[in-house]
Amino acid sequence: MIRDIFSAIRSIWIAFLHMFRKRETIQYPEEKPDLPARWRGRIVLTRDPDQGERCVGCYLCAVACPVDCISLQAAETKEGRRYPEFFRINFSRCIFCGYCEDACPTYAIQLIPDFEMSEYDRQNLVYEKEDLLINGQGKYHGYNYYKVAGLSIEGKGKGEAEKEDKPVDIRSLIP
Amino acid sequence: MSETLKIALIIIGVLLGSLTVAAGLIWLERRLLGLWQDRYGPNRVGPFGILQVLADMIKIFFKEDWIPPFADKRIFTFAPAIVMTTILLSFAIIPFAPGIIVSDLNIGILFFLAMSSLGAYSIVLAGWASNNKYSLLGALRGSAQMMSYEVFMGLSLMGVIMLSGSFQLTDIVEAQRGMWYVVPQFIGFVVFLIAGIAETHRLPFDIPEAESELVAGYHSEYSGMKFGMFFVGEYLGITLISALITALFFGGWLGPGFLPPFVWFFLKTLVFITFFILLRASLPRPRYDQLMEYGWKFLLPLTLLNIVITGMIALSAN
Repeated sequence: MIRDIFSAIRSIWIAFLHMFRKRETIQYPEEKPDLPARWRGRIVLTRDPDQGERCVGCYLCAVACPVDCISLQAAETKEGRRYPEFFRINFSRCIFCGYCEDACPTYAIQLIPDFEMSEYDRQNLVYEKEDLLINGQGKYHGYNYYKVAGLSIEGKGKGEAEKEDKPVDIRSLIP
Repeated sequence: MSETLKIALIIIGVLLGSLTVAAGLIWLERRLLGLWQDRYGPNRVGPFGILQVLADMIKIFFKEDWIPPFADKRIFTFAPAIVMTTILLSFAIIPFAPGIIVSDLNIGILFFLAMSSLGAYSIVLAGWASNNKYSLLGALRGSAQMMSYEVFMGLSLMGVIMLSGSFQLTDIVEAQRGMWYVVPQFIGFVVFLIAGIAETHRLPFDIPEAESELVAGYHSEYSGMKFGMFFVGEYLGITLISALITALFFGGWLGPGFLPPFVWFFLKTLVFITFFILLRASLPRPRYDQLMEYGWKFLLPLTLLNIVITGMIALSAN
């Protein structure tokens, strides 16, 4: 019984001492929270170092999306580069899981540490391609899909990509 | 005529004052709990968030006042009024300063004990009329708790009454000119404090409302201003117990002359209100049987011992 009383008084004292501690609260609108670099917030579409769109319209993000909030239509330019004709993300559905970023083979779709996306009108949460595209490269600098991929486009034939050997001539016996 | 006017003014002042303090406590409690939990609490509405009280009041006044169809309508409406009335009536005997007292009854303490016993009806009737098993459980617990702690509450004050030789609160305060009764009656003070917490069913003894077990206990079915009355009643109860502790054990309005007597009373009361809130921030709720055991097996013998020793000392001093 004596120990119980002592322990109760001790808990009261410890709770009292907490008034001299630092506050945990961040006074949000005035004081911005310190978000980690890998925070999964607003989704953006990035560009390669030559300002071309990275997205090749492969639909992998739309397939990976567990809530089906991504919709796009692939198209092809006359040089042979694939691009999305439209790219639409419904952020009122998005759960910011980041699976689209994981699925993307060209680092095009990325999640950035920005969460201030509130809208008064729900329709405004549907972001079109021009809302999603940014002018920078996002988290992965220097990557250009068409420069490293084996795909031939106008101005770059087979085997002309970076670190790529010439195609093997299968009709020749010379190694 | 001027005498009547003065009494009317005091009554209105005490009513408005106690209700304002009780409403302000809603804000104070949230701020202080925040302070002890390393956060800020409401600090947006007005300076330091003080207008939060106003916002809360506007909200609660405009809420739907819903009476469940299965409830006993008349008793359901009547129950919250009891708690407010009895506690506000108890304020009549509190001496805030010399001359500032609604009614200086010569049985002041008995009047307070009677009123706080009546307050138990509010819980029982509210729980019964709600026709809900959680409410009824809360009411059962509440009535048992209030009845058992009433016993020590009364007995713990016997020492004070023996020392001062009066039930009148102004006499008791005046008798503390030499020494506050908290020194010779320390056990009485501790028991009265604990019984006071149980009587106002504040945490850690909030067993009748125990939101983690009983939804909200006896006021589960209440909404709007009826719930608000229970809510304000609880804060009025804290204020009342703190004011009584001040008057009975800490010399009431007595204090060094650089502050007026009323301010001394107010400050001392505020310290105990703060302590009530600190208890909420720090202690967990005991089990129901632990509460009963603690009351009957520990506090009751302690109080009786206190009475016997005080009586012996008082007799031998004569």
